[in-house]
Amino acid sequence: MPNRPMPVFPEPDTQAFWEAAKRHELTYQQCNSCRGVVFTPRAHCTACGSPDLAIKVSRGEGEVYTYSVVRQNRNPSFADLGAYAVAYIDLDEGFRMLSNVVGVNDPTKDVHCGQRVRVEWEKQESGDYPIPVFRPI
Amino acid sequence: MASQSRTAAIVGMYEWPKRLDRDVSAMQIKAASISKALEDAGLKWSDVDGLYDANDGEGGGGLGLAPYLGLKPTVIDTTAVGGTAYEFQTAHALADIASGKCNVAVLSYGSKAASQRIPIGTGGASAASNWQSNMENPYGHTLVSSYAMVASRHMYQYGSTPEQLAEIAVTTRYHAMRNPQAVQAMNDLQFQGVNEISIEDVLESRMIADPLHLLECCMVSDGGGALVIASGDVARNTRKKPVWILGSGQATKYRENKGDITTSAAAQSAPIAFGEAQVRPDEIDIAMIYDSFTITVAVMLEDLGFCKKGEFGDFVAGGRLRFDRPGALALNTDGGGLSSNHPGMRGLFLLLEATRQLRGESTSQVPGAKLAVAHGNGGYLGHTHCGGTIILAAD
Ligand SMILES: [Zn+2]
Repeated sequence: MPNRPMPVFPEPDTQAFWEAAKRHELTYQQCNSCRGVVFTPRAHCTACGSPDLAIKVSRGEGEVYTYSVVRQNRNPSFADLGAYAVAYIDLDEGFRMLSNVVGVNDPTKDVHCGQRVRVEWEKQESGDYPIPVFRPI
Repeated sequence: MASQSRTAAIVGMYEWPKRLDRDVSAMQIKAASISKALEDAGLKWSDVDGLYDANDGEGGGGLGLAPYLGLKPTVIDTTAVGGTAYEFQTAHALADIASGKCNVAVLSYGSKAASQRIPIGTGGASAASNWQSNMENPYGHTLVSSYAMVASRHMYQYGSTPEQLAEIAVTTRYHAMRNPQAVQAMNDLQFQGVNEISIEDVLESRMIADPLHLLECCMVSDGGGALVIASGDVARNTRKKPVWILGSGQATKYRENKGDITTSAAAQSAPIAFGEAQVRPDEIDIAMIYDSFTITVAVMLEDLGFCKKGEFGDFVAGGRLRFDRPGALALNTDGGGLSSNHPGMRGLFLLLEATRQLRGESTSQVPGAKLAVAHGNGGYLGHTHCGGTIILAAD
């Protein structure tokens, strides 16, 4: 089982996101004043400063905005993984998140910008929070 | 040029010559470099009344540096925005001198990144938690992959190629081989093949994070240096030709929903700096651009206005930015972070080499160089960074 670093709490901005992750819900925020989409989670709208934000659940589909394949990482959690793809995913609801693209034969060849992907939840040996990663559709 | 500012000038400089130096502390590098830079200017220790520090060194910073040096300045500025702290501090020194708060400003840097084996590029996530780390640490993103993501998107969006990026590393190595300190650095840091390199050499070097190869990544060295900036009145009586600070710009850029990762903070800071300096990019002789990676230079050549967005490849092709190509811009003539010096915050060295060029002292000297731009980058290009632009001129 993967052994990724867990989020560490207390951390008030990101707690709700990771509690939703336990229910396999990928959440983002939308401002009730200006309708701006907020991500990563915060207690204020980054477009207008309003504290009046709603938490929404994403359908979990989007596309790879950009990516890189990491060949070398000295962090023990990743040192034994082999090459893996980190990516910014543009979710269809209009937010961009950092994640990994998984489930491909060879990440150096099978990941590309514009690729459609869907979220999946990866259980972790390192703790209780499943990590949202993305697989090509 | 009559309306251009002659308020403050770079009058003294020193670059720590060694890139692997186990026997000194970062604070000793800073103090010794300040002393040498003042000597270069023909100024005294006690002339210094402005201290600018990026919180580098052991026990330095706003509280520590002045007592270590034994100075009582009237300005203490601790702007710390990563590698471009020195372009920001230069802008602040200009403003502080213009308003009469100080007359002789000193910027300094010392780092032991190589001898302490700090894993700058491929290090792991820290254990501390905050609003960003909790959303990022699970994914194994590294400094190098953050820059590499910009390269991937640039290739996708504009059709740029690995060969075009490699040309930047080839050009800076061409300059490094003419700089004895850079050659010594590459020997001391055990580079494989201390020689000029080809595009093929770059593309055949080990992939670190696709699409960036080893020879597209800066070295991790020890090092440091100092810069002395003085008022116009002081500058007219110093030992070396003054290098005038004509304009400055500052900006930040970060990961945003729907943002364009291929455009850097330079797109915001450069027009401000060029506007203040009243010069155009096509008038610039020397471009000192923070080459943490080849892609950093690529997007900044575009964002500084030297070529159109997406077109850096043609602009750099065929060794066009080498110092010995008449009529074209010369890029990173000291060898850059890729092949001369990168202890973690390279922004100071951009200003040092620009100053050498405008004095006529570079090891890859462009004859008659009059105008230079130094553009620094702090933070991670594809994630969160600050950009500082400084325009410099010889008389
Ligand atoms: Zn809002």
